[in-house]
Amino acid sequence: MTGTAIISALAVWGAGWFVNARLANSAAAQSRLIKLLVPAVFGLTLLIMWELLVRMLEVSPIILPPPTMIAGRFSNEIPTLWADFEQTIIKGAMTGYIVGMIAAFAVAILADRSDFLTRGILPVGGFMAALPIVGTAPIFVRWLGSDWQSKAAVVAVMVFFPILVNTVAGLRDTTSMQRDLMRTYGAGYWPTLFKLRLPAALPFIFNGLKIATTLALIGAIVAEFFGSPTVGMGFRISTSVGQLALDMVWAEIVVAALAGSTFYGLMAWIEGRVTFWHPSQRK
Amino acid sequence: MDEESQGAGVKSLLPVLTVVGSILLFWIVSVVPMNMHLTADLAQRQDIAVTPDTPAARQDYSGIGLALRNTHLFGMTYTLDRPRLPSPHQVAVEMWDTIVMKNITSRRSLVYHGWVTLSATLLGFAIGTGLGILLAVGIVYNRAMDMSVMPWAIASQTIPILALAPMIIVMLGSIGIQGLFPKAVISAYLSFFPVVVGMVKGLRSPDAMQLDLLRTYYASSAQGFWKLRLPASVPYLFASLKIGISASLVGAIVAELPTGARAGFGARMLVGDQYGQPMVTWAALFAAALTAAALVGLFSLMERWTLRRMGMLVT
Repeated sequence: MTGTAIISALAVWGAGWFVNARLANSAAAQSRLIKLLVPAVFGLTLLIMWELLVRMLEVSPIILPPPTMIAGRFSNEIPTLWADFEQTIIKGAMTGYIVGMIAAFAVAILADRSDFLTRGILPVGGFMAALPIVGTAPIFVRWLGSDWQSKAAVVAVMVFFPILVNTVAGLRDTTSMQRDLMRTYGAGYWPTLFKLRLPAALPFIFNGLKIATTLALIGAIVAEFFGSPTVGMGFRISTSVGQLALDMVWAEIVVAALAGSTFYGLMAWIEGRVTFWHPSQRK
Repeated sequence: MDEESQGAGVKSLLPVLTVVGSILLFWIVSVVPMNMHLTADLAQRQDIAVTPDTPAARQDYSGIGLALRNTHLFGMTYTLDRPRLPSPHQVAVEMWDTIVMKNITSRRSLVYHGWVTLSATLLGFAIGTGLGILLAVGIVYNRAMDMSVMPWAIASQTIPILALAPMIIVMLGSIGIQGLFPKAVISAYLSFFPVVVGMVKGLRSPDAMQLDLLRTYYASSAQGFWKLRLPASVPYLFASLKIGISASLVGAIVAELPTGARAGFGARMLVGDQYGQPMVTWAALFAAALTAAALVGLFSLMERWTLRRMGMLVT
């Protein structure tokens, strides 16, 4: 039984690999379709192997549920998953992200007026961005209660530093030639900021905003491990782990993955729209 | 260090100190309103006059409002045993007590808890980095692997994979693996993807001119790897390692949270939170921050030293 399971899993792997090797080395390998098809085949191969091994080796679902079971759980629990999504992503992560972003922009614009402050904020902000800020979660839960406000606060602090550092660095990214040109036009501080320096900083700002999307979700989910109302993705993950309902945990992870890539994709889309002139966006 | 970069270091020292100083000042000022309600309750029990004089009436005031009415209590807000916001000196004293004054094998020593977290971090980081470099080499040399795996590696950076932590602990626990290894697994997968993405970029960084030069030397593929691609990837590797090590540390800390771990920074934060001992949480938080800073600093030093030895650091 174990032998057949492993042989059939290897056969699936071999078939998937054969298809992908043919596709990747074919003449049309650079086409858009093939570029999407190859990772899709790879993902599907892994899913089928997972399903086969778990079913044929009779792995207990409290260790690893098969993908079909997770999909079933997902479609049955959509109302619960939606409520958790609303609590954690919309209320916790999004609110915190927007607050942190506005605070970072405000501080960056203020600091930008003084070269002295800029030179201080860049290293300190870069240093803070590397720290395990998610550890402040128990403190914020104690201060602001266990509902979404404390999660939003953790998220705001987590996204603040990467956005701040990137914005401050971006605002410095104009050449003296460009600034001189603005001066010859008689432009003061504010027109120069809005017409030259802010647009020039946008690629940096979006870099920070994209890094912050993942941080926001991590902050909102992990902060719920320290206390939450009886709804939320982090709450559901930790209680379902306790009940050994691992299919529910996987369903939440699917939601987190979808939310994370959508959020990131949205930021990348806005970036493409706003910084269409930048070399990295030109097609 | 040459004179110019030393000059830059000194020039940014004052701004950095100013920024750190203003953060500290903001913290110290915030202590008063944050702790005012607790202090007023305590003062009343010690028969010190407080306005207004009932706890219910005090609830109507904000921390700042109450502080302005009770200026004589300012000193007390800095000396509470269980403050809402401890002052910097209280955190420093607690850290001094638990890091330096305790025997490092004691369960109350932060060095002991730090080592528990750090050992999982380093083991996981070593596994994650090793596998990440191997996969990156595979991706650079195999087209099918590149097209299959690379989109997933990039997509994984947008996913909060840390959410998997509690499940991995339980999954490994139910097949009998406990202790250090499950935490190391979480650290490993958090450092794995940044290393893969960075190394692929690094191994591909030599330009066509350099590759052509090697071809004119009639260099074999292996020589091309060892003499051009691998050295060229080193700056990218270090950038990824610095991201990876802090991600690994966060992973190990979070891995200690949902499982009721008894030791480690994450366990200390949870204990302080559950037993109402804020000083324990704050000390663990700052010790974790110091550890992260030390690890990233160590890799920065190694980066500078290695790149200088390789002649790649333009100073």
